[in-house]
Amino acid sequence: MAALRSSSARVFAAASRPAFRPVVAARGMANLADGATQSQQASSEQSPKLKTFQIYRWNPDTPTEKPRMQSYTLDLNKTGPMVLDALVRIKNELDPTLTFRRSCREGICGSCAMNINGTNTLACLCRIPADNSAEMKIYPLPHTYVVKDLVPDLTLFYKQYKSIKPYLQRDTPSPDGKEYRQSKADRKKLDGLYECILCACCSTSCPSYWWNSEEYLGPAILLQSYRWLADSRDERTAERKDALNNSMSLYRCHTILNCTRTCPKGLNPGLAIANIKKELAF
Amino acid sequence: MARLSGLQKEVLRLYRKCLRECRKKPEATRAHFKAFARTEFEKNIKVDKRDFSAIEFLLRKGSRQLEMYASPGVKDIR
Repeated sequence: MAALRSSSARVFAAASRPAFRPVVAARGMANLADGATQSQQASSEQSPKLKTFQIYRWNPDTPTEKPRMQSYTLDLNKTGPMVLDALVRIKNELDPTLTFRRSCREGICGSCAMNINGTNTLACLCRIPADNSAEMKIYPLPHTYVVKDLVPDLTLFYKQYKSIKPYLQRDTPSPDGKEYRQSKADRKKLDGLYECILCACCSTSCPSYWWNSEEYLGPAILLQSYRWLADSRDERTAERKDALNNSMSLYRCHTILNCTRTCPKGLNPGLAIANIKKELAF
Repeated sequence: MARLSGLQKEVLRLYRKCLRECRKKPEATRAHFKAFARTEFEKNIKVDKRDFSAIEFLLRKGSRQLEMYASPGVKDIR
């Protein structure tokens, strides 16, 4: 779809004013490919819409230097609508040393999770508010060790994910030797669970996880735990429950519900955790 | 010797761990590992002893490195 749109825009650009078509428009990603001609005209007529981004900078090669905030000013007329577009443009044009993770730019990989204006979210799903001219503040995910600039160290998070054995555990083969089948109702129980992309936005927004990240699993991992508890094909439900049944792993959740508020995919880890608690209690 | 702070003890503990891991390496290359560990520590010898955040970061980095080089697959280091 995106490819279609950008190519049609390119055809249009070539037809209308071939001499002025900038080379960068063909690159598509960082720049507005489909609105390239429009914004080019617009920026020459309109006044530039300037927006300042304050970005957390810290370089591990000079550990004695304190972290600092660096300001970058961009013209929003020439930038894509999302914060990630702005970051990519800053890296391309203003400061190639700026470091952040990014991959899919459409909210499916979870790489670009960061703290934008005080909320954990994916930079690729977060629009730049165009109406006000206030500065945007961008930090790495809170209470994580920083690898560099906006890149958090998620080693512990992934270790915890591994500890819940996030895969199908079965001993009996399927009756007809083909795939393990599931009724539509059973499949429906996994909706709202399987969509989690493990971006760590919810876990790092949870105060309980901040103070007990070593032992408390955190909302993202508990959502995944419940995804495997709720799976009708999994046969180790009892063992999975046993592993969670202690004071730290699960019961450090105090239903603060920051996780549900922050989830950039609109999922509800709080509900999943409540369901686990229910299953353990009854 | 002056009494050491907790953080200073941690640094020494990490260095001791490094030297212990060196002993598990093949004898021919053991000296390389020792020299490497020493230079890694000396690189940051100028860090102020009150710069806690920097020292804590370097400790984390050091133990990560140690974990990596301690794996039995690593036979030599330059």
